[in-house]
Amino acid sequence: MNATTVYVSRDAAALAADADLVAAAIAAHADGAQAPVSIVRNGSRGLLWLEPLVEVQTPQGRIAYGPVRVQDVRSLFEARWLQGGAHPLRLGPVEDIAQFRRQQRLTFARCGLDDPLAPVPWNGLRAALALAPEAIVQQVLDSGLRGRGGAAFPAGIKWRTVAQAAADRKYVVCNADEGDSGTFADRMLMEGDPYLLIEGMAIAALAVGASKGFIYIRSEYPHAIAAFESALRAARQAGVLGAALLGTGPAFDIEVRVGGGSYVCGEETAMLESLEGKRGIVRAKPPLPAVQGLFGRPTVINNVLTFAAVPTILERGADFYRDFGAGRSRGTLPFQLAGNVKRGGLFELPFGLTLRELVFDIGGGTANGRPVKAIQVGGPLGAYVPEAQWELPLDYDAYAAQGLVLGHGGVVVHDDTVDMAQMARFAMEFCAAESCGKCTPCRIGSTRGVEVIDRIVLNHNRPQQVRLLRDLCDTMLAGSLCAMGGMTPYPVLSALNHYPQDFGLLGDDEQAA
Amino acid sequence: MKHTDSYDRQAVGRVLSERGHLDGPLMPVLHGVQDALGHVPEQAVAQIAQGLNLSRAEVHGVLTYYHHFRTQPAKRPVLQVCRAEACRSVGGEQLLRHAHAAGGCGVEAVYCLGLCAMAPAVMLEGQPYGRMTAQRLDDLLDDVGGAR
Repeated sequence: MNATTVYVSRDAAALAADADLVAAAIAAHADGAQAPVSIVRNGSRGLLWLEPLVEVQTPQGRIAYGPVRVQDVRSLFEARWLQGGAHPLRLGPVEDIAQFRRQQRLTFARCGLDDPLAPVPWNGLRAALALAPEAIVQQVLDSGLRGRGGAAFPAGIKWRTVAQAAADRKYVVCNADEGDSGTFADRMLMEGDPYLLIEGMAIAALAVGASKGFIYIRSEYPHAIAAFESALRAARQAGVLGAALLGTGPAFDIEVRVGGGSYVCGEETAMLESLEGKRGIVRAKPPLPAVQGLFGRPTVINNVLTFAAVPTILERGADFYRDFGAGRSRGTLPFQLAGNVKRGGLFELPFGLTLRELVFDIGGGTANGRPVKAIQVGGPLGAYVPEAQWELPLDYDAYAAQGLVLGHGGVVVHDDTVDMAQMARFAMEFCAAESCGKCTPCRIGSTRGVEVIDRIVLNHNRPQQVRLLRDLCDTMLAGSLCAMGGMTPYPVLSALNHYPQDFGLLGDDEQAA
Repeated sequence: MKHTDSYDRQAVGRVLSERGHLDGPLMPVLHGVQDALGHVPEQAVAQIAQGLNLSRAEVHGVLTYYHHFRTQPAKRPVLQVCRAEACRSVGGEQLLRHAHAAGGCGVEAVYCLGLCAMAPAVMLEGQPYGRMTAQRLDDLLDDVGGAR
């Protein structure tokens, strides 16, 4: 009797829902029931409210069940789930689940389909090896790909700058210091499809003439670190990385570096300092890292999702990628929906849908059924988006025009019990805790910001303190060296502007503010 | 009071010989020492500085900059509780207060474990747990305590 393949995700989010225990229970029951199974630990499909999601390769195709708890396993076997039997947890094929079906999975197309170390064709890298470096850069330029880390800088322009710089050595650095609350796409990709990221970094190396790559992964991601390191070992053994890319190209290898729990190291120059073995303190720009980056050499720095978008562009063409999206935001963005939301997870969609569609149609509103009060988009430095702006298209420029940011695509939902003055205070508190200390507006402004918000809440000369807070935010916005201090005012001011009642400001006081 | 030999010099030496040759070796070395000893003893700073041809001030500066590194042994088990926005939206702060009150573990606040759709999230000795409640946390800590 052939063993039935059963997929149980090993993504950290699935592990956080006891996926290991579920996998063990399935193995034990299969033994007892003499129904041989072969358990594959895949990445996650991103439907995190259904984790642990278990997929069974049945005669009718690949059928999902979820969320599967240990105590469900017996009844699933009794329902003959290995043949796709009916059960309250039966979801049918993942591809038919509404929230999955409406996605356009390019970057995450492969994530969760198989063991992350199962062989892949490396088609993007093969295509790149057949091109001249300038032609690779041109493809990335033509695709319209913009940096997915948050700054949305055109990737091709950065690559061209590094390619044209003359130096004895150049580097490719992947920023996997995914510190924004509400984001986990980098983690999921490193755990679920690490080869795609390796491929993207290798293509960047070909394009700019680098022989060494670094990936800086935050220390809070032990599973991603382990998964990516095993993928690197496997890629070296398979001859993909090493002395010759895919056996025919130039030399390239990647080294994993682990962060130190410092949020500001997600800022590219602070990350370079950390990679060089220093305190993660922001550098003044210029010089740009593309000209003078790691160890003073020209360096391509991109986010995980930027590199991971590149193999698709090389394999299927710049036009194919560019045809997704809206305005000057081309391609897809893996949106991450989190916080107080009924259906949280990762949903890769073309730019241009609205926040309302994302949070309500896909996310189903809050987890506890209470009304949504505020939605923070773009991480801890992103603004709280009030209901009046939920119809804006989610694209970089439409958001920027309203003083909002998409950032890394993280969306955190808060219900009506949230105290926005406390969220504003937390934004300042977080900035004070994580500021690198190099520039004054961030280092001192954040601490003063906490104090001023406290005085506003306690009504110690409130109107004057509100003016002071606005003045302080203006100084931080205009005078900080990087986004840490420069964008902390986004959540603070959006909370103050859209939820003044939480600061004790009644309608009449707003004018005073 | 100085106890210059009150830490495992050989373990630190092994880390230095394994990682000292890397480009920008200080972070990997500090990680290696902490992984081996559970913390980076202040007394090891001199040995690390000498091994990497850095000043003690440079090593001390880096060691104390990053939240991840600790210079004292942690209270075990280590429970990391996320304080960031997604976890706050579903009671993360109350969970943190509960963890502090419960005692029996070394509570560390972290800003995001990347488990934001499973909030509130914690990590107990490197094992992630999502949709955490005070009751489940107590049960978990009891289990870990019992296993020790």
